[in-house]
Amino acid sequence: MLTATFEPVLTKTMQYPESHTLEVYRKHGGYEALAMALQKQPDEIIDMVKRSGLRGRGGAGFPTGTKWGFVPKSTDKPKYMCVNADESEPGAFKDRLICQKDPHQLLEGTLIGSYAIGANRAYIYIRGEFAHEARLLERAIEEARTAGFIGRNILGSSWSCEVTMYVGAGAYICGEETGLIESLEGKRGWPRLKPPFPAVVGLFGCPTVVNNVETLACVPHIVKLGWEWFSSIGPERNSGPKLYGLSGHVNRPGVFELPMGISLRELIDEHGGGVPGGRPVKGVIPGGASCPVLRGDEIDLPMDFDSLTRAGSLFGTGTPIVMDDTTCMVRAAWITARFFAHESCGQCTPCREGCGWMQRLLWKIETGEGEERDLDTLLSITDQIEGNTICALGDAAAWPTRGFAKKFREEFLQHITERRCPLGGGSLH
Amino acid sequence: MLSPEARQRIESLKTVYETNQSALIPALHVAQADQGWLSEETQREVASILGLTAQAVRQVVTFYTMFQQKPVGRHLIQVCRNLSCSLLGGQKLQKQIQDKLGLEDGETTQDGRFTYLSVECLGSCGTAPVLMVNDRYYENVTPQQVDRLLEELK
Repeated sequence: MLTATFEPVLTKTMQYPESHTLEVYRKHGGYEALAMALQKQPDEIIDMVKRSGLRGRGGAGFPTGTKWGFVPKSTDKPKYMCVNADESEPGAFKDRLICQKDPHQLLEGTLIGSYAIGANRAYIYIRGEFAHEARLLERAIEEARTAGFIGRNILGSSWSCEVTMYVGAGAYICGEETGLIESLEGKRGWPRLKPPFPAVVGLFGCPTVVNNVETLACVPHIVKLGWEWFSSIGPERNSGPKLYGLSGHVNRPGVFELPMGISLRELIDEHGGGVPGGRPVKGVIPGGASCPVLRGDEIDLPMDFDSLTRAGSLFGTGTPIVMDDTTCMVRAAWITARFFAHESCGQCTPCREGCGWMQRLLWKIETGEGEERDLDTLLSITDQIEGNTICALGDAAAWPTRGFAKKFREEFLQHITERRCPLGGGSLH
Repeated sequence: MLSPEARQRIESLKTVYETNQSALIPALHVAQADQGWLSEETQREVASILGLTAQAVRQVVTFYTMFQQKPVGRHLIQVCRNLSCSLLGGQKLQKQIQDKLGLEDGETTQDGRFTYLSVECLGSCGTAPVLMVNDRYYENVTPQQVDRLLEELK
């Protein structure tokens, strides 16, 4: 099995008490990768990360080294590294674990990334609700500064870097990279039209890279253990260790570090201990709320970017939500649609109006007031939103609604013909 | 009026962040911690310290859900209403709290003790159901714990 020889790295230090402190982090090899990185040229680091095959762990799966490579070399402008710790996708709770249990791992990855792109300043943008984690990160920054890992002439090199916390104030859209940048500038988190991409015109109009927490946490290990090690884990083009966050109807919910490409069924049955009471799996949202639902008979597939795209869904953040047979799929769709309606920033009409419309139609069907043509309208709205908005939130809202309506069409129709929720009193009520 | 300490802290944020506007969200957090919520007067004070227009501040205050535009109780209870929590009893938890406190979503008890809000995903799905009281998380919450918690919070 894939997992037989796999040794966790991202969660390794977390097993020790006080794993969030510099002392414990250093005792287990912490900041050795930073010292190694500073012995190399920035381009060498970018090359290593490219070769490792690391793809962004925040949902989109874009190759990290390629993103870093887009930052212009010859520019007079300052460059910025922004850490996306705005973890708000329903189902995702893995970045929070890193911030809580191993903030120095994140800082070390952030520093190496900053060095690679030539940034002298990094911001950690964390969602406002994670006040505890923000305090832990603030403390970790102070510890790292005192030890000479942050500040001027880091480890005797000619490179200097500051790391500053930025605590958000409640808005899922700020996890979208240009929404995050707008928010960092002290504005509404309204995503920007692209191009230009942040790598060229980002924070304060300067070249900027925005990376997810888990993505950056992988970087010290790539530097230390080599890109060959990283790329040897998991399927081709989908390499590396992964933090899977498992929630919903499982006996052991939580974060599991396993190779990319592990079978979704194995994740649920073996690592998550199966469904309580041995009930059947009815549906799984494989990677966070924006990823189309899979039916219980579709979960024998590898958890990686390409496999889930081929299966008509998305890997997203790799954080499955498991639903057993007591769950009403119309209500699950409505809860998801309500989320996106609530979080739409309001800039683009298809998303602003479409998300609310989908939510209302789903509620109509769920409460027994729906007609068959509502189902057609629902699917038509998803087509109207998809591809017609500035950022991916529109798509992220359209895909799950379409997924639920197509994968569980019979159940939707049953609501309409019976004029009620056949599962009234189910797990979501 | 903001306390002198809060004013001082907001002043000092100007040196932490690269532009006065980029210090706005951190400044609003300071102001809200000081005043409990962000009245128009408080918003104008923040605008004046940072040299921003009142409109620039208002735009931000009205966009982010954590910025309170009316007074809230001493204990702001926020319960997650999203999927993972709902699958494990989150809806029942919401009803239990609302019934016990007699509050609709967004309301505050007359004695100013509690404000109740149902909120979107709090990023703690593995320990569902989850609620927050002020800035503290309560995870794997049971109905019994909620009863006890509401008694304890004075």
